[in-house]
Amino acid sequence: MNQILYLASVFALGCFVLALSLAVIRLSSGPTAADRVLALDTMYINGMLILLTLGLHYNSPVYFDVALLICVFGFVGSVAMAKFLLRGEVIEP
Amino acid sequence: MMPDLPAWAALIISLLLVVAGFFAVTGSLGLLRLPNFYSRIHAPTLANTLAAFCLVVSILIMASFVEHRFVAHSLLVSFFLIITSPVTAMLLMRAAIKRQLRHEAEAQEKG
Repeated sequence: MNQILYLASVFALGCFVLALSLAVIRLSSGPTAADRVLALDTMYINGMLILLTLGLHYNSPVYFDVALLICVFGFVGSVAMAKFLLRGEVIEP
Repeated sequence: MMPDLPAWAALIISLLLVVAGFFAVTGSLGLLRLPNFYSRIHAPTLANTLAAFCLVVSILIMASFVEHRFVAHSLLVSFFLIITSPVTAMLLMRAAIKRQLRHEAEAQEKG
């Protein structure tokens, strides 16, 4: 029965890596700057999902903390870039 | 490496993992294929919400079986994503609308 779990986690890892590379294509060819920020947002979400799947695959609790940190700081980065596109400055006086 | 799980738990975890991978690929495919930005911003929300939630629930089931008690700390990731992804989406959409209006005004001034 563990064979099914192993195969499913490998399949999920492959799917997340495929999603990450599709987002990289959009990042390199996005017509507007907002498209690139959206692609970066998708990339951090997919990287976090990859880390969570690795934690399930190797059954180790270390990956979860890294995924939580990526979740928080990726949001901060995305909001900073969106604010920069919106106003031309991240922190306004 | 992987602990011994009962058959139904392994089946449920595998099903959730496969569904999560499918949703993530669908979201990124939409990001790649949809025609303009306002439709493209819909697609990655699939990966934000559904894929992350399926993965988090599978990790919850697995950790609960390994430690023989209810472990809910993995729901924190889904909670953060549910709070933060609307904020990012709203700021990005406002930025895109404002930049498009600015470009149109500049084009009108020129010609």
